[in-house]
Amino acid sequence: MPRIIGDPKKSFVTGNETAAWACLVAGADMMFGYPITPQNEIMHYWTRLAPKHGRGFLQTEDELSAGFTVCGSVQSGKKAFTATAGPGNVLMQEPFGMAEAMRLPLLAIIQQRGGPSSGTVVYSQQEVTLTTFGGNGEGMRIVYSTASHQEIYDYTIKGFNVAWKYRFPVFILGDGYQAKMREPLEMYDPEDRGIKMIKPYPLIGLEGKISAGREPQHLCNIYSLEEELYEVVMKVAAEYEALEDTLVEFDEKYCDDADIIIVSHGIVSRAADDAVKALRAQGIKAGYFRPITLRPYPRKQLRAAIAKNGVKKLLIAESAYGQLDRLTKQEIFGENVKIENLFKPGVGIIDYDIINKVKSVL
Amino acid sequence: MSLIKIALAGEGGQGVQSVAEILAEAAYNNNQQALYIPNFGLEQRGGVSIAFIQFSDLRIGAPKFHKADVVVALSERAVSRTSMYSGPETLFVYDSGFKVSPDELPREAKKIIGIPAIETANKELHPRVFNIIIMGAVIGLTQVVSFEAAKDALESKLAYKFEKNPELRELNFRALEMGREMGEKALQEGGAQNA
Amino acid sequence: MIAPAVPKSWYLPSKPHKFCPGCGHGIVLKALGEVIDELQIQDQAIFGCDIGCSLLAWDFFACDSTQTHHGRTTPVMVGIKRSRPELTCIGYMGDGGGYSIGSQHLLNAAVRNEKVTLILVNNTNYGMTGGQMAPTTLPGQKTETCPYGRDPETTGYPTMGPEFLAELAPDSAYIARATVSKYKQLKKYLKSALKNQMEGNGFSFVEVLSTCPTNWRTNAQQTWNFLEDEMEKYFPVGELKNPLGKGDK
Repeated sequence: MPRIIGDPKKSFVTGNETAAWACLVAGADMMFGYPITPQNEIMHYWTRLAPKHGRGFLQTEDELSAGFTVCGSVQSGKKAFTATAGPGNVLMQEPFGMAEAMRLPLLAIIQQRGGPSSGTVVYSQQEVTLTTFGGNGEGMRIVYSTASHQEIYDYTIKGFNVAWKYRFPVFILGDGYQAKMREPLEMYDPEDRGIKMIKPYPLIGLEGKISAGREPQHLCNIYSLEEELYEVVMKVAAEYEALEDTLVEFDEKYCDDADIIIVSHGIVSRAADDAVKALRAQGIKAGYFRPITLRPYPRKQLRAAIAKNGVKKLLIAESAYGQLDRLTKQEIFGENVKIENLFKPGVGIIDYDIINKVKSVL
Repeated sequence: MSLIKIALAGEGGQGVQSVAEILAEAAYNNNQQALYIPNFGLEQRGGVSIAFIQFSDLRIGAPKFHKADVVVALSERAVSRTSMYSGPETLFVYDSGFKVSPDELPREAKKIIGIPAIETANKELHPRVFNIIIMGAVIGLTQVVSFEAAKDALESKLAYKFEKNPELRELNFRALEMGREMGEKALQEGGAQNA
Repeated sequence: MIAPAVPKSWYLPSKPHKFCPGCGHGIVLKALGEVIDELQIQDQAIFGCDIGCSLLAWDFFACDSTQTHHGRTTPVMVGIKRSRPELTCIGYMGDGGGYSIGSQHLLNAAVRNEKVTLILVNNTNYGMTGGQMAPTTLPGQKTETCPYGRDPETTGYPTMGPEFLAELAPDSAYIARATVSKYKQLKKYLKSALKNQMEGNGFSFVEVLSTCPTNWRTNAQQTWNFLEDEMEKYFPVGELKNPLGKGDK
């Protein structure tokens, strides 16, 4: 792939601009999208960059179409992506489900906004359930919850490779604050960091003529018998679970001797990080645990952190009404630890919110 | 530098977001950490335009905050809209030309300061650079970025305009300087009233 | 102080409204308000709006109103009308909500001759979300998602909504296109559209050509020029179907 950035470029940009550039350097061929705040600027930047780099774009008639056009594009062997939020994410669950069923290397950037329904156009962490386990499937997806522009950039690049290598749909889960805020970012070409971008390959429209003997490809997502479906689902689940250790990413600090561990994801984890530092400085033994992959969830690592001597409580802090809480509980079922909550659906969480909550429950 | 939190607010078209972006870029260009986020969405349409900016040497945490270190309200409506961001340690700045009733001002502030930005812009400079005076005032009040860094950022942002009309450069830099002096002066004096 | 002369069906606490300066919605909603007054249907009218700039009208009228989802105003109005036929259902949406995500609903409502009145405000872009390309964006017109100008080769030609609906709907439907530059005609068409519903005839639809200086980035003169010289030339104004008898063809 030709180098696009050249020497690493430091810039002060928005999260949406970051996402567009990351998709460009990752070699994405096509974007399909539909307007919905707060992710529109990803399209605005892509439509300006794409023609200069021989990439394609279509604004579809709605999100159903945007999702399905991406599915078609990846089936034909092109790196395609989309971006959405809120009600658009709800609509896209139908095509995302098809991607899960047919093992399509789709990448979607989700910029969470307030919900349910039209909610707000601003911010939330209320699309966790939807993005991890949406649709009528079993959540065979890979979800990265980013907390900075550098992560949006890095994980989008990684996301394309993970999608095309393992053939599970990949989601970059951001939010409206990350989408619209400006902070420093260092852009680079993946090859300059030793990251080899996987070349896409077609599932239909393969090389070679069928009339000359090439096997025709027949892809489906429906089965006649219950038993057929059972075999497929079990096989996919086994494959997914076998990848857990390879794919899982997380960050933890100060958990070795913590009385309380603050569990948070995405942008809230920055406030949690600051809160833990402040609490420690005040002599309170707080720890920090941040799942970076929400799917697969770093459950072994969280269980290990809980098992350390003396952890009495978890505080699950999120800008939602229990979505991270439910996700976490299912992953650490059986652990003997009390769980406290700081739920602020659709509202930002700052370090003081967490500090005050910790003090009130310890 | 420890964390500094600034909220700027005004009417659409006053250049609130431009000033915030220039200040944040100035800090960023000087290898400081900066984070800027506008209010956006439904509130934006016909509502007060607000910019939240944070500066630090270390990685900045949450993008928004409860209480600012400095609030600058560029319109009368912005005064009441931004009172919620004023706490016991906040410098609350507004234009001394505004007619605001006492109950529109914040209930909590370290200092409430009126600066004659609009009057100065109208009488001595040009109405269009009112927001640049405010930018200077923020620098005078907080030293959040160096004056030189601000000038550089302003230059690079408005270079295309300055090229067409070099007098604009002179005008904008003067506005920045006058604003800075206003800010420094207001810090030293009591300002309009103490909370 | 003399209060401004506004329709009785306007909800005063929500005024002044939040539409941008120069936006055509204010004109359409004034015409609609006067028509609601003249037909005396304030108490039986249900006003539905979409997601987009039309959502700013959610508390515009002193009538029972509901904001819906993007593109879903049509089916919500259909649901209400089918359940409570005595209500006069007025759906209000933009060109994005109507011709893009909501097109299948419009199409099916026309085919089934649903007895609702739909008003679609066409300003050739997605306004609320920042000016993206819309089904009615003109060839060559620049928007945020066609920054180099709309290329009909790759994105097709502007949607001629009233024309395709007129092909699908039966003869008892009322279909017209109005413009904010011709107020009397706009009012006349809105009134006919509502009467078509009230008389139990069938589907009624009015597209209204409208202005968006904010996203067009035009001054007052340029805005009006674009409406009258470009849009009205491309999208013919007039009645396409009028079962009420009188009307200009």
